[in-house]
Amino acid sequence: MTVLIKNGRIIDPSQGIDGRKDLLIKSRKIEGIYAAGKAPKTDKIIDASGCIVIPGLVDMHTHLREPGFEYKETIYTGTMSAVKGGITTVCCMPNTSPINDSVSITQFILDKAAKEGACTVYPIGAITTGQKSEELTELEALLKAGCIAFSDDGMPVINSLIMRRALEYSKIFNVPIISHCEDMELSKGGVMNEGFVSTILGLKGIPKSAEEVMVARDISLCELTKGRLHIAHVSTKGSVNLIRDAKKRGVNVTAETCPHYFTLTDESLISYDTNLKVNPPIRTEQDVAAIKQGLKDNTIDVIATDHAPHHFDDKDREFDAAAFGISGFETAFALGLGLVDQGILDLTEFIRKFTITPSHILRIDKGSLSAGADADVAIINTETTYTVDSLNFISKGKNSPFHKWKLKGIVEKTIAMGKVYDWR
Amino acid sequence: MFESKDLLGIKDLSPEEISYILDTASNFKDVLKRDIKKVPPLRGKTVVSLFFEPSTRTKTSFALAAKRLSADFVNFSVSTSSVVKGESIRDTALTIQSLGADFVLIRHSSSGVPHFLSKIVDMSVINAGDGANEHPTQALLDLLTIQSHKKSFKGLSVSIIGDIAHSRVAKSNIYALTKLGAHVRVICPPTLMPADVNRLGVEVYHSIDDGIKDADVIMTLRLQLERQTKGYLPSLREYFKLYGINHDRVKLAKKDAIVMHPGPMNRGVEIASSVADGPQSVILEQVTNGIAVRMAVLYLLGGVRK
Repeated sequence: MTVLIKNGRIIDPSQGIDGRKDLLIKSRKIEGIYAAGKAPKTDKIIDASGCIVIPGLVDMHTHLREPGFEYKETIYTGTMSAVKGGITTVCCMPNTSPINDSVSITQFILDKAAKEGACTVYPIGAITTGQKSEELTELEALLKAGCIAFSDDGMPVINSLIMRRALEYSKIFNVPIISHCEDMELSKGGVMNEGFVSTILGLKGIPKSAEEVMVARDISLCELTKGRLHIAHVSTKGSVNLIRDAKKRGVNVTAETCPHYFTLTDESLISYDTNLKVNPPIRTEQDVAAIKQGLKDNTIDVIATDHAPHHFDDKDREFDAAAFGISGFETAFALGLGLVDQGILDLTEFIRKFTITPSHILRIDKGSLSAGADADVAIINTETTYTVDSLNFISKGKNSPFHKWKLKGIVEKTIAMGKVYDWR
Repeated sequence: MFESKDLLGIKDLSPEEISYILDTASNFKDVLKRDIKKVPPLRGKTVVSLFFEPSTRTKTSFALAAKRLSADFVNFSVSTSSVVKGESIRDTALTIQSLGADFVLIRHSSSGVPHFLSKIVDMSVINAGDGANEHPTQALLDLLTIQSHKKSFKGLSVSIIGDIAHSRVAKSNIYALTKLGAHVRVICPPTLMPADVNRLGVEVYHSIDDGIKDADVIMTLRLQLERQTKGYLPSLREYFKLYGINHDRVKLAKKDAIVMHPGPMNRGVEIASSVADGPQSVILEQVTNGIAVRMAVLYLLGGVRK
C-alpha cells in the first residue's frame, strides 16, 4: 500500500525541510519527499491543501495509567487520544500499579501496546525499585525489555546518594535519567503555587524552591558524575536560570516543559477549579515569561504533555483531596502553536522541540520524515479555530483546564505506523 | 440587597452588603434581649449543619440562631454518618438537599469546599469556616462587636495577632475591615505569615510592640498547638513571650482599646488570663453577637430564596 500526501507544506526540522512538497509512504515506512507533482503513482492520495505535514509528534512524558488504573486511562484510549492530538510516539512513565520497575511490567506494557495501541509506546522504567528511592532497578534488563529511559516521575529520588548512583550507573548505557524535581518536605501538603493567590484562596502553597533546590541538586550531581540528566516539567523561572547556567558550563543536562506551564498562571485557580491542580503547580506570570524565554533560547529543549488523565470522581471533590494532573494529549499542539503566534518560537523550532529533539535525547528513531523512517505523520490545519470540548476527548481523562477555550490549530489526519486516522 | 443565595466569604461582599448585614444583626440583637427570644420568619424552613471539623461554639451559635428564627435545625453528624464510610462530599450534600434542607452550614478543613457545594446544590450554602480561607460569620460578629464600641470603622486601627497563615478568621476580618475603611495591621512570626499578605492592603509586623502601638482594637487569634511540632515555632513559651497579649502590651494600645478573641482561648499562650478577664476584653460579647449575626445571615439569605 502506497500513500501520497500532496499539496501540503512539509516541515521536517530533522532535515531542514520547509516547503510545498509531496510525501510518499510505502506501507509502514516513509519512502521519500518529492517536489510537488514529481512523486510516482500511488494507491491512495491524501490532499493536505492548507495544512502542514509534519513528523508525528514525540511526547516524552506521559501517563497511560495501565496497568493498575484502567478506570483513568488504558493503553488503548491513551494512545488513541495521543494520535488524535497528532502524537505518534508516547513515552509512558512508570508510576502505574504495579510500578514499572521490572521486566514483566515493561513486557506487559509493550505487549498491550502492540496489540491495542494506536501508536508507538516506549516505556520509561523506574530508577528505583517501587520508586522508593532506596535501590536501583536492573537498568540493563529493563533496557533490554524495551525501556528507553529512567524516571521515578511522580516521586523525586529523595536520596541524593541514590540519585548520584543512578546518574553514574546509567552511563554504561548512555540513557537519560529523567528527574521529577520536588523537595517533598518543602512541598508537603501543598496543592498550588505558593504566593498571593494561595493566600487569597487559603490553600497550602508549594514554593518554587521545592522545585529549584532539586534542580540545583541534580545539576550538581550531573556535573559530578558526568551522567545524562533530563529535567522534567520545568515550571519556575529559577529552574530555567539554573538550567541555563548549567548548560553554559557544559553540563550534560536537557529539560522539558509542558503547555500548561507556558499558557496559564495561578490567577486562573481563583474559582477552585480542580482541573488546574497539577504538580508542579501552575506558577506566576514571571515564570511563564521565563519559560517562554527558556524555550526561545533553547534552555528548554523539549515540549511534552505530562498527560495525566484522571477519572471524573478524582477531580470532582474538595481541592485538597483532588488528584494532580491535566489530560494533555488533545490540546498540546494547539497550545504550542500559541507560542508561534506570539512570536516566541517559529513553527520549525516549535515542531523540533516536539519531534526530533526528544528523539535525540532518548536515542529513538522517531520524529523525522526522512526516507526509511517509520510512517508517523501529522497533518494539521494551523489556521482553523475551534472550541475545546473536553467531554469529547478520546482520552478517558476529561480533566482539562482548557475546556471551552478557543484554540487555533486542529489535527486533520494522523498517520501512525502507516495507519491513517481521519479526524474530520 | 442580596443577590447570592450563599454566603461563601466576605471577599466578594460589597461594603454596603456588609453594613446591611450588620444593621439587620443589630435589630436581632434587640430581639435577643427580649423575654421571648423567638421570631417567626423562617418557620417551616430547615437548616442543616454539616461540620467536618470539630466545633461547639459555632455550631451551637448557628443552632440557636436558626431556632430563634423558628427554623428547624438538624445536625448531620459527620463522625457517625456515611461520610466515614467513604461517601463523597458531593453525595453527602445532595443527600442533605434531598432530605429537604433549605440551608446547609458547612465547615471543612479544605478551603473552597463551600464554593464547590454551592455549584452542586440549590440550598443556601453558608460557610461556617473552610480551611485557611474564610469564616465570614466570625468576621461579621467581630464587626458587630467593634461597632458597639467604636464610632466608625473609617480610620480605625485594628491589630490582628497570631497564626495569620492558617487563620480563616484573620482572612475574613482583613477583607471586612479593609472594605469598611479600617487600617489593619497583622502581627506574627514570619513562619506564620502567608505569602504576599501585604497585597491584601494590610501592614505587616513581626514585633508586637510596634504592631500594637496606638491600636483601637487588639484581635488575637487562637494558636493551633500543633504548630510547635511542625517547625513553625520553637516553643509555646517563646510564642507567649514574643506574641502573647499581656497587660503591659495592652497598655501600648489606645486607652480605650478593646481586646478580642474568637475563642476557644489558650490562656497563657496567645493571651494572658488577666487580659482575657480584664476590663478591656469584649470576648464574651463577641459570643453573644454571634447569634444575632447568624440570625441576620439566615434571615437575609432566606429572603433571597423567596
